[in-house]
Amino acid sequence: MNQMTNPAATSVAVKDLRLAYGSLTILDDLSLDIGEGEFIVLLGPSGCGKSTLLNCIAGLLDITDGQIWIKGRNVTWEEPKDRGIGMVFQSYALYPQMTVRGNLAFGLKNAGLPRGEIDKRIARAAEILQIQPLLDRKPAALSGGQRQRVAIGRALVRDVDVFLFDEPLSNLDAKLRSELRVEIKRLHQQLRNTMIYVTHDQIEALTLADRIAVMRGGIIQQLADPKTIYNKPANLFVAGFIGSPAMTFLKGQIGERDGVRTFEAGGSTIALDQYRGEVPARGTAVILGVRPEHVAAGHVAAGHGAAGHGAAGHGAAGHGATGAGGAAAKVEIDEPMGSDSLLWLRFAGQALSARAPAEHGFKAGDAVSLGFDISKASLFDTETEQRL
Amino acid sequence: MADPVAAGRAEPRGTRPRRALSRRNVMLYGVLIVVALYYLLPLYVMVVTSLKGMPEIRLGNIFSPPMEITFEPWVKAWSEACTGLNCDGLSRGFWNSVRITVPSVVLSIAIASVNGYALANWRFRGSEVFFAILIFGAFIPYQVMLYPIVIMLREIGLYGTLSGLVLVHTIFGMPILTLLFRNYFASVPEELFKAARVDGAGFWGIYFKIMLPMSLPIFVVAIILQVTGIWNDFLFGVVYTKPDTYPMTVQLNNIVNSVQGVKEYNVNMAATIITGLVPLVIYFISGKLFVRGIAAGAVKG
Ligand SMILES: Nc1ncnc2c1ncn2[C@@H]1O[C@H](COP(=O)(O)OP(=O)(O)OP(=O)(O)O)[C@@H](O)[C@H]1O
Ligand SMILES: [Mg+2]
Repeated sequence: MNQMTNPAATSVAVKDLRLAYGSLTILDDLSLDIGEGEFIVLLGPSGCGKSTLLNCIAGLLDITDGQIWIKGRNVTWEEPKDRGIGMVFQSYALYPQMTVRGNLAFGLKNAGLPRGEIDKRIARAAEILQIQPLLDRKPAALSGGQRQRVAIGRALVRDVDVFLFDEPLSNLDAKLRSELRVEIKRLHQQLRNTMIYVTHDQIEALTLADRIAVMRGGIIQQLADPKTIYNKPANLFVAGFIGSPAMTFLKGQIGERDGVRTFEAGGSTIALDQYRGEVPARGTAVILGVRPEHVAAGHVAAGHGAAGHGAAGHGAAGHGATGAGGAAAKVEIDEPMGSDSLLWLRFAGQALSARAPAEHGFKAGDAVSLGFDISKASLFDTETEQRL
Repeated sequence: MADPVAAGRAEPRGTRPRRALSRRNVMLYGVLIVVALYYLLPLYVMVVTSLKGMPEIRLGNIFSPPMEITFEPWVKAWSEACTGLNCDGLSRGFWNSVRITVPSVVLSIAIASVNGYALANWRFRGSEVFFAILIFGAFIPYQVMLYPIVIMLREIGLYGTLSGLVLVHTIFGMPILTLLFRNYFASVPEELFKAARVDGAGFWGIYFKIMLPMSLPIFVVAIILQVTGIWNDFLFGVVYTKPDTYPMTVQLNNIVNSVQGVKEYNVNMAATIITGLVPLVIYFISGKLFVRGIAAGAVKG
């Protein structure tokens, strides 16, 4: 959005796209430039218009207004087959009466390719996706993972510029999902095609994407690389949507102590001198968003300034953490998650979560002191919900 | 449980022993047998009567098997019985019915399946309205349209011809068949259709290469509905055709209800059985497919 891509290097450009069903507008004035060979993930909650946008790019939906450009060509009114796109669907959408080979060949036959060329392309795709032994089976005789491989193959054989994926892994179990995720990433590194990938799984988004477009209600909330999305979410929605366990939000206002701006809530103060961004004037109502891994809980008994030590010697949180000014927090719930634990705390009358090592030694009801890594936290305007 | 590996283990094997004469079974089979008899008895009477000579029938014992089996009535019903001036039996009506049914079934199903496909998958502008009007057509009583159609057929010169009746059957089959096909095609996953479009298949390509091969069950249902419906039709046949082109049902009626001469019950019975044979055969050979098609509301991709 804020970053203008060089048109020559643009693979897919969506300009002022509007899509409405009658009076119901799903996408309004949406623009998106996607670079050559880029892996873009469209991420958002159910019903936010991700599939709709993808279908518009594919040409499967007639758009109400705006333009779609692919490879420098205005394809707004072209048929899907002429756009140089291949598509992979959540439900695989393999033709049930055809063998795997038939499925792969279908698009090529429609394009009128000669027999020899078809065989060559199928052989190559089958090798890349390792589905050679399956070529003569019907889709019904394949597992979910195999079916999705074939579906990817169907896009692969057509030698397209742009791959469109609509939640390709959502129907698979967790193990297969992570396997195929890696495979898609490998495929992208190998082919260097432009890929647009729809998902509502943030792990997929964070692991695969060059850039993520977080959508809500048909509007792109933020378009940025995964690091930026994670560390500098543009607004409250993005902040809350990305990250698991989720970011917690503290309501408060800006104060000042010893010439340093602070965040004040319920009598507790947190120094904001480390904050990477603009801290507004004193008295402004703000929301402070911190991720659990950037909050460190320490034993109170160790006295003041001990926040960085003890149980809080965990990850980046201990590093550069700012003392919470002796503010007391209380452990409410401890959620062990295997490698570490999620502590639900009550801080300044509000719920706050913190990550702690598995052997943290806290019990529900314990008082803890807190350390915040403010350099990784986000301040949001209470009114506009935008990041400051 | 037909697992050969499991067979080696010390588990109880074979079907669970059941008491054949449990109360439940006696009730169940009792009712089934009574119902079956109730339906089979008339058929039995028809078959035995059709195999008797007239003197034997006059004895009046309709349930007794024929003392002397004769196929004379069957031959007469098929090739000699008179209706009006024609004395070539039911055979004329049979061939008329074939010439009516086959093109009507083929035409109506061909058109309705494409209709249903277009309505389900290619929502064009006004498709909802089109569909609503079509379905509304199914609710208009036939009687209202009988005479206007006579006039229309006369105007285009098809009144009294087989082609005219074929046209009428094709049109009247359209609402219900379109509904049937539309609902079936609508249950085919939309993504399959999208995938085919991305793969470059057009309207007809998707219809013939993707949809048709997936839709055998619904075609069987449609064929059975149409064959039996059109074969058994009497009203349209009697209104839109002439004695020369009467379908079998109309001719059967004329044979059975003829007022001249003595009532030849054996010939009437034989004629009735011959007429009913076609739908019966269709049901027998396609029964299983029919049930599958009816149950195939939701096909998996
Ligand atoms: N044919 C249609 N008519 C009217 N509204 C529609 C139609 N198809 C989709 N919508 C609406 O458009 C919105 C966006 O749908 P879309 O399928 O793009 O969501 P999505 O982001 O892909 O969600 P999911 O993650 O559940 O797939 C939804 O609110 C949906 O109800
Ligand atoms: Mg979707």
